Amino acid sequence: MKMAARIIDVHKDYILKGGIVVRALRGISIDFPEGDFVAIMGTSGSGKSTLLNLLGCLDRATKGEYHLGGEDVSKLNDNELSEIRSRYLGFVFQSYNLIAQLTVVENIELPLYYQGNISRDARERCLEMASMVGLSDRLDHRPYQLSGGQQQRVAIARALVNNPHVILADEPTGNLDSATGEEIMQVLEALNAAGKTIIMVTHEADVAARAHRTVRMRDGMLETHTPTGALN
Amino acid sequence: MSSRFWQTLRLGLKSLLLHKLRSGLAILGIFIGVTAVIWLVAMGEGVSYQAQQQIKDLGANNIIVRSIKPPSDATRGGGFFMAYGLLRDDYDRMVANIPTLLQAVPMREIRKEARYLDKVTDVRLVGCTAKYLEINNLRMSRGRFLSDKDLERADNVAVIGDAAAKVLFPYENPIGRFLQVEKEFYVIVGQTEDKTPSGGIGGSLAAQDYNLDVYIPLSTLRWRIGDMVATSRAGSREGEVVQLSQITVTVHELAEVDATADIIKTLLQKFHPVVDYAVTVPKELLQQAQVLQMMFNLLLVLIAGIALLVGGIGIMNIMLATVTERTREIGIRRALGAKQRDIVSQFLTETVVLSATGGLLGVFFGFLCHPAIVGTRAVMRQLFPDVIASLPSNIQQLEPRIAPWSIIAAFLISVGVGVVFGLYPAQRAAKMDPIEALRHE
Repeated sequence: MKMAARIIDVHKDYILKGGIVVRALRGISIDFPEGDFVAIMGTSGSGKSTLLNLLGCLDRATKGEYHLGGEDVSKLNDNELSEIRSRYLGFVFQSYNLIAQLTVVENIELPLYYQGNISRDARERCLEMASMVGLSDRLDHRPYQLSGGQQQRVAIARALVNNPHVILADEPTGNLDSATGEEIMQVLEALNAAGKTIIMVTHEADVAARAHRTVRMRDGMLETHTPTGALN
Repeated sequence: MSSRFWQTLRLGLKSLLLHKLRSGLAILGIFIGVTAVIWLVAMGEGVSYQAQQQIKDLGANNIIVRSIKPPSDATRGGGFFMAYGLLRDDYDRMVANIPTLLQAVPMREIRKEARYLDKVTDVRLVGCTAKYLEINNLRMSRGRFLSDKDLERADNVAVIGDAAAKVLFPYENPIGRFLQVEKEFYVIVGQTEDKTPSGGIGGSLAAQDYNLDVYIPLSTLRWRIGDMVATSRAGSREGEVVQLSQITVTVHELAEVDATADIIKTLLQKFHPVVDYAVTVPKELLQQAQVLQMMFNLLLVLIAGIALLVGGIGIMNIMLATVTERTREIGIRRALGAKQRDIVSQFLTETVVLSATGGLLGVFFGFLCHPAIVGTRAVMRQLFPDVIASLPSNIQQLEPRIAPWSIIAAFLISVGVGVVFGLYPAQRAAKMDPIEALRHE
């Protein structure tokens, strides 16, 4: 099976002021095959955010390897990691994280802008993404003119626009009421059905249940590694 | 690439428009600085242009030799008559011995009272030749100036200065009237135009006001008044014997000026054991004035530069606040693939847009320098006539002259200020840890 992402024996240590070492990740290995839909669960402090940051190329492991789409990215520098983020990763955040002064379509365009691609094709791809998440009629709106659900749809469109290897979702329904959260989950499920690899951090069991499988973390290590069916 | 630049610029403008007041204040600082540079330089240029014009009036090809009074114990002759200064022989020697000489114009001046009927005024009685008009850039408003014939015949004719004419002949045409100086009467044959008094330039040339002059032929002055001028002061009589007050030597070429001045000095040294003369070279004065102006301009630019510096610090302050405020935005952009240099160029673009806008506004207002200063002076003259009247004439008549280089320099400096003061906040933004930045509330 082709791997969208795989991490091999990854460690992450933080050194606090005063020289205290916090071992956030203590040797984790997971494979994410293409088309996977994984929920990562765990209490706060379990290392799930650290793991997501590493997967998102926002941080580098102290030790271990990270392969993204067949490429080892664990030794890349800041500049190269930025490039990887703009080309191969899509982010969906709990608080949407749209840029306030930009319109819907400009927000969606950002990853392409940082790829250096601002051609007419790029603009068309943005419009395509917007219509896919059902916001074709809101293109020139600003984030504050949209509901939370709509903002999260914009964020999903933005995460998709660069056709990423992996979509990383950090509590994508955390700020939404259950009905809107359900809509967003449907969008993510549809994306996964279309072949997108999705890695999602959540602490809601019913949200995690929508994924193919769940990874539980505790104290910087994997606790269990269950197929989805087992939870039901 | 260039479309990307425009995109960056457009997004930068958008962010700036989000905080109109803040951006406006940042612009104001630079705007004031740039306007200050242009205005101050324009005023400096105006002042020095006046000075240079006055020196040019003296004639760059001229060498001016004046009599000066030496310390009283070192004079020729004895008794209470003090004899000093240029001699008619000096004049003859110059004409005979200087090959580069185009012309030499001798002149003798004495302070006298001039009368017409019951009106009296103090004037500068100038004995001179027909050339005097031309070398002093005087113009006639009525009648004619002294002619060679007047000199030959030592006629009692006079040409009167504008201000003197206004005092003595307030309601009539002075031409043909008789002007009385001491016991002699002179027929007035002409009146000169009003001429702005020149400021003093250097030690040997005092400020000159040609408007209270009365010109008579040099020969007439010699016969009617003579070389000796007696003044009685506090019971004792004092006298001075001066043959010529000034000789203005003109040479053919500018290049001959320095050598000719040296010849003149050598000639005079021989016959004047005591230095009772001064040789002034307007060309040198001009060069001195130009050096002085450069230093003056430098000083003004320095002052204005401080204004720009303050503006730059203002911009930096605002950009630092902006960066802090937009930490989360920076985190989002980094997560979406912005490189550090993308963040730097984003914030740097914003700063440069601010400072360049201030610069452009400053340049625009810089061009309004002339009307602004003339207008302010007019208002001040209405409100505080005494204050204005007490100012030196070169300030009263100051005409600012905008220097093209100051416009370009001020604008470039403003952009430079944007880059210099924008770099630190921009780098600070770029160096942020994206994870920390994303977590920022």
